[in-house]
Amino acid sequence: MIDLQLAAAEVFMVCAICVVLLVDVWLPDERRLLTFRLALLSLVGAAVCSAYYLPNGSVTAFSESFVTDPASAVMKIFAYLIVGLVFIYSRDFLMRAGLFKGEFFILALFALLGIMVMLSAHSMLTMYLGLELLALSQYALVAFDRDSPIAAESAMKYFVLGAIASGTLLYGISFIYGVTGTIQLGAIAAHFSQPGAITVPALLGLAFIIVGVAFKFGAVPFHMWLPDVYQGSSTPVTLFIGSVPKIAAFALAWRILSESLGDMHGSWQTMLAVLCVLSLVIGNIVAIAQSNIKRMLAYSTISHVGFIFMGFIAGTEDGLQAAMFYTLVYTLMAAAAFGMVILLSRSGFDAENLDDFKGLNARSPWFAFVMLMVMFSMAGVPPFVGFYAKLVVLGSVLDAGLIWLAITGVLLAVIGAFYYLRVVWFMYFVDPVDDSPLDAALDFRVVISANGLGLLALGLFPGVLLDLCARVIG
Amino acid sequence: MEGIYLTIVLCPLAASIVAGLFGRQIGRAGAHSITIAAVAVSFLLSAYVLKAIAVDGAATYNAAVYRWAAVGALTMEVGFLVDHLTALMMTVVTFVSLCVHVYTIGYMHDDDGYQRFFSYISLFTFAMLMLVMSNNFLQLFFGWEAVGVVSYLLIGFWYKRDTAIFANMKAFLVNRVGDFGFLLGIAALLMYTGSLDYVQVFGHAERLSGESIEIVSGMQWSALTVACICLFVGAMGKSAQMPLHVWLPDSMEGPTPISALIHAATMVTAGIFMVARMSPLFEHSVTALSVVIVIGATTAFLTGLLGLVQNDIKRVVAYSTLSQLGYMTVALGASAYAAGIFHLATHAFFKALLFLAAGSVIIALHHEQDMRNMGGLRKYMPITYWTSLIGSLALIGFPGFSGFFSKDILIEAVHASTTPGAHFAYWCVLIGVFVTALYSFRMFFLVFHGEERIDPHVKSHLHESPWVVTVPLIALAIPSIVIGWLTVGPVLFGGFFDEAIFVLEEHDVVGELGAEFHGSLAFVTHAFVASPALYLAAAGVLVAWFLYMYRPGLPGQISEKIDVIHRLLVNKYYFDWFNENVLARGTRCLGGGLSRFGDQMVIDGGIVNGSARVVALLSIVVRNLQSGYLYHYAFAMIIGLAALIGWLVVEL
Repeated sequence: MIDLQLAAAEVFMVCAICVVLLVDVWLPDERRLLTFRLALLSLVGAAVCSAYYLPNGSVTAFSESFVTDPASAVMKIFAYLIVGLVFIYSRDFLMRAGLFKGEFFILALFALLGIMVMLSAHSMLTMYLGLELLALSQYALVAFDRDSPIAAESAMKYFVLGAIASGTLLYGISFIYGVTGTIQLGAIAAHFSQPGAITVPALLGLAFIIVGVAFKFGAVPFHMWLPDVYQGSSTPVTLFIGSVPKIAAFALAWRILSESLGDMHGSWQTMLAVLCVLSLVIGNIVAIAQSNIKRMLAYSTISHVGFIFMGFIAGTEDGLQAAMFYTLVYTLMAAAAFGMVILLSRSGFDAENLDDFKGLNARSPWFAFVMLMVMFSMAGVPPFVGFYAKLVVLGSVLDAGLIWLAITGVLLAVIGAFYYLRVVWFMYFVDPVDDSPLDAALDFRVVISANGLGLLALGLFPGVLLDLCARVIG
Repeated sequence: MEGIYLTIVLCPLAASIVAGLFGRQIGRAGAHSITIAAVAVSFLLSAYVLKAIAVDGAATYNAAVYRWAAVGALTMEVGFLVDHLTALMMTVVTFVSLCVHVYTIGYMHDDDGYQRFFSYISLFTFAMLMLVMSNNFLQLFFGWEAVGVVSYLLIGFWYKRDTAIFANMKAFLVNRVGDFGFLLGIAALLMYTGSLDYVQVFGHAERLSGESIEIVSGMQWSALTVACICLFVGAMGKSAQMPLHVWLPDSMEGPTPISALIHAATMVTAGIFMVARMSPLFEHSVTALSVVIVIGATTAFLTGLLGLVQNDIKRVVAYSTLSQLGYMTVALGASAYAAGIFHLATHAFFKALLFLAAGSVIIALHHEQDMRNMGGLRKYMPITYWTSLIGSLALIGFPGFSGFFSKDILIEAVHASTTPGAHFAYWCVLIGVFVTALYSFRMFFLVFHGEERIDPHVKSHLHESPWVVTVPLIALAIPSIVIGWLTVGPVLFGGFFDEAIFVLEEHDVVGELGAEFHGSLAFVTHAFVASPALYLAAAGVLVAWFLYMYRPGLPGQISEKIDVIHRLLVNKYYFDWFNENVLARGTRCLGGGLSRFGDQMVIDGGIVNGSARVVALLSIVVRNLQSGYLYHYAFAMIIGLAALIGWLVVEL
């Protein structure tokens, strides 16, 4: 296959974004739905490209700075799916809020393109390019509701902190380049596999790179941006930021830490373990004190990041598969959770507080049940898929002999169960604060129901996704 | 044969399910027809099996019919072991059950729970058959618990009566104590032999007697003795031996037919049967045998005395049952298992007869049970009178009656036994004969003779019970007279139980007696010259006549004279008082204390809510780290980076 075929999905996405951009410019406001439809269509097209131009095994392109392999293809397709969910959940909310602009879709697609590039990166520079494309799009997305001062504040915070993290990452990359003389990931891995290659400058570079990775994930203590950004953005943007970019973060850790710096596992294992425990503790404990659902979900994200890290900490193939499984499952859960927050919002009213979930069962038993599935899955209650996600990562650290870490994880998952179950308690056992019926478009209802039921179905048949992860990665 | 065994067991079960679940559809007649038909089939087939084994000499059947589960090397199966012992038990159980089924038609005639009752007693027959036919400990335990459950259901059959609910709760709880021991015994055997199958476990008996177990540190006990005593604790619960006997008198709250079937003839003898079945184990532990004989003798004597002061007709019979169970247990302890089982069989007939006769009296008097309101019933109820007389004579051991043979041999066997404690047991059972005769005829005279103390209103339409009641009485009276005479030779001394029961050479007291046995007639005549028991029984009857017929005022004066003893007996040696005030109240105080202190304060208050409060507090503190200031956030990141690099430096 020629290089362009290997990058077919990315090439297609760039073209599609240009088309959407041009079409959107000429559209009058009342026909803006066309932008929405074209955006969805471009996702479908990209999915076709990814699936069609799929090589057997891992094939590099563009002078070994780009790689296409089954694992990246699977994760790209998953990313298209989640972005599709984001678009469908967001449409009516944006319309009601007067934010139904082409920019939302275009920025989101650019961010997606960044994620795709990161997933396929095979050199430090490609990785950095993808990362910056994603990050810049996200800064703009956060500030998208430009009349909202809190959104502007969040965007500013996110931008400044993101710039620090990017700089740190780039600094680390320069160290690695200085030590190895290459930015190509395969060559870096080859260099460090030699005995005695792990020198002090290399370790210094590693520490800076880990800061970049941790910031992208939102691991403690590089998590500060996360609650403020989640809360400050309008809910569709939070929905986007809260779900898909976790796949990018996974790509960053996977490509750089596992693949190219895998031989330094002994050095970064402990660093990640410390970040992991801190994330579990801070995420789960502070979530309890939150009354804002978006902030609560932000801290919940931080705690889930701790679990994703466990897979990397194990440092085994099983661990990597477990981390991938957890990441994919997490994006599905996060999409459903923020989708429910959007569902509860109406024109001129953002459902932001936990109180808005009170008595949901009386207002809509079915959607209360969907939320229940999402919360149970996040808490890790069988038979929902969140349980298996936790099970496989805990299993991988146990296999690696880190019993103390597994015990910490379980204990904090128990504490974490409290705030998920509190939502369930609010929905079922507390009287509603306001009892107006929920209104949402049919496609929204169908998709979010499928999203919730998917968590149950994957929990009943976890083998489907687990086998897929095991086949494509490692 | 497997088909026959399955039919015997499953017929009552099927009938019970039909009568229980579809009782409304099939009606009263349908319920009793189907259950009686099923039990009749079981009885006929059991009789056939008994004939095939005892007369035609069919081989012992021992096989699994269904494998329930296999865990490692342990297999759990449903299987049957049918030998002489089993066949005898099956026949006795199904025969008495059949009689009781028929009798119930009359006794429960006006009761709303008619179909339910038939369903229960059929279910009981199934459970009891599973118990006696089992070839492994698991199924034995199943049958053991199943008869316990049905007993519980039937004692509380009139569930609107508080006393019935109290009684069935008591029976259930007391049996839990016994069953716990039983389960421990089974577990001990499983631990040491790795099997639940009788034959395999028995094969290890000799080895086990050499092994020792340390339960309290520093004390070495024989593993076999521990296992046997645990099993016997189970038997003490089910067969109501002291001090676990307290539930049996109260179980008389249930309808009379089940008092006859479950609490006299069959279920309560399950313990006796079980110990006899486990004879290969008990034989190797003299300590266990000694425990058995002492407990049995104490029960036989002390509970007999209690029968003297009861006024409720059913309770007299209940205490008599307790006392007779003690006799059987004594026989087991003396290694005279065959004598114990023989007494079990004869007792099943005459005790069921006495209960059903008592029930007949109770129906005739419109559910009056107090003997002080009876008297002179002889002329109103001739059939009940004569059958009661037969039952009483059999019970006291009148020469020639079935009880005579079983009890006389039992006493002789204890006399000959070398088990430690046998000497004490001998005197207990010997004096017990006098006591038995005294309370039996006290009851007999009070009910059927003397002045009529009946309520005049009841007396106006007093008459003999209907045929469904009297036919079972007659059916049970016949074996009560003849069964001993006919079977004592072949069953006890003809090697009947040779395969089923194992007796060590040096313990074989029945064998010794057999050397002097020259036919039933010779045995009877010999008893007149050799046995003090006969004269003691006669003395008991005479004293009863003197006290309750000739000088009816005397008993009252005597009880005033020996007020202390009388009060002790009326209060049943204060066992109930002790259980209720010390054990029950103590347990509840302990439970309440642990609940308040341990659960509510330490666990709920300290550990559960305490940790939750700590977490909540922590979360409020930690959330303040999120100040909202950008430079704080950036600072945190730099600190983090510095920490990571610092870590590297430390590690290098």
